[in-house]
Amino acid sequence: MATLKEFWHRLGSPRWFYGISGPWLKILAGLAALLLGTGCIWGLAFAPPDYQQGNSFRIIYVHVPTAIVAQTAYLVMGCAGVVLLVWRMKLADMVLATVAPFGMWMTVLALMTGAIWGKPTWGAWWVWDARTTSMLVLLFLYFGIYALRQAIPRQEAAGRACAVLAVIGVVNIPIIKYSVDWWLTLHQPATFKLTAAPSMPVEMWLPLAVNVVGIYCLFGANLLSRLRLEILQREAGTQWVRDMVLEEAR
Amino acid sequence: MSFETFGDFLTMGGHGPYVWLSYGLTLAVVLVNVLAPITGRRRYLREQADAERRRQAAEGVRT
Repeated sequence: MATLKEFWHRLGSPRWFYGISGPWLKILAGLAALLLGTGCIWGLAFAPPDYQQGNSFRIIYVHVPTAIVAQTAYLVMGCAGVVLLVWRMKLADMVLATVAPFGMWMTVLALMTGAIWGKPTWGAWWVWDARTTSMLVLLFLYFGIYALRQAIPRQEAAGRACAVLAVIGVVNIPIIKYSVDWWLTLHQPATFKLTAAPSMPVEMWLPLAVNVVGIYCLFGANLLSRLRLEILQREAGTQWVRDMVLEEAR
Repeated sequence: MSFETFGDFLTMGGHGPYVWLSYGLTLAVVLVNVLAPITGRRRYLREQADAERRRQAAEGVRT
């Protein structure tokens, strides 16, 4: 408990976080490359075709991981929003600012790969289905948070406004999750459930599991990579950043 | 291996364009996201180092 409390206190220092995050970035980036490479080749070439959908089902190996991580990224923003509003932690505002572009891109990918999968499977690029519509709402929430930060010139005020919007928008996450159960939809139900065995044979879901873990590593690595740049930009002019810049330039 | 020939692998039983377009888009977006902070960091370090050199040069003139 004591170490956890100490860790929490230390998070108040962006400089400390910059120092410890370097090795983590390398580990996560390496794991992401290894897992995503394995999962994609496995899913593309070795997993058996689906008995109904044929080979178009292979899109699942990029569609599901990006859709899951797009929602996780939003939840991370929501948590950072709470931390910023309650404890006014500088690092939380930086997390809020750096998660948004990654989450936005992942939502774009999930929607686009979903549309491409929909064409041969449902016969249409787009349907106003509960799942696709709630994912589109998620994309607009990301746009909103991005635009809000650009629109407010004072950094502190912008951060707090983004935090409020991020926290409110979390309501959309359970709606996305349960949309396939609450409404009659074209979208197929969840592949993975915590309470039941996957509805696919193991040689189909294992590459998917590898890619899901891989994309979480990518998310972690990308968050750290962007966060470290954000820290340097916001702390520009402080002695430790000036020393580091000179060190790197040598 | 789920395919008999490399040609089968590319055509994916007629679903080739859909599958390859999905994977291609994903690769492109992942690359954009990975490279953005790397190039941003390089630019930042270069700008800061230049500013630092100018500052030191200005101090050198004064003394």
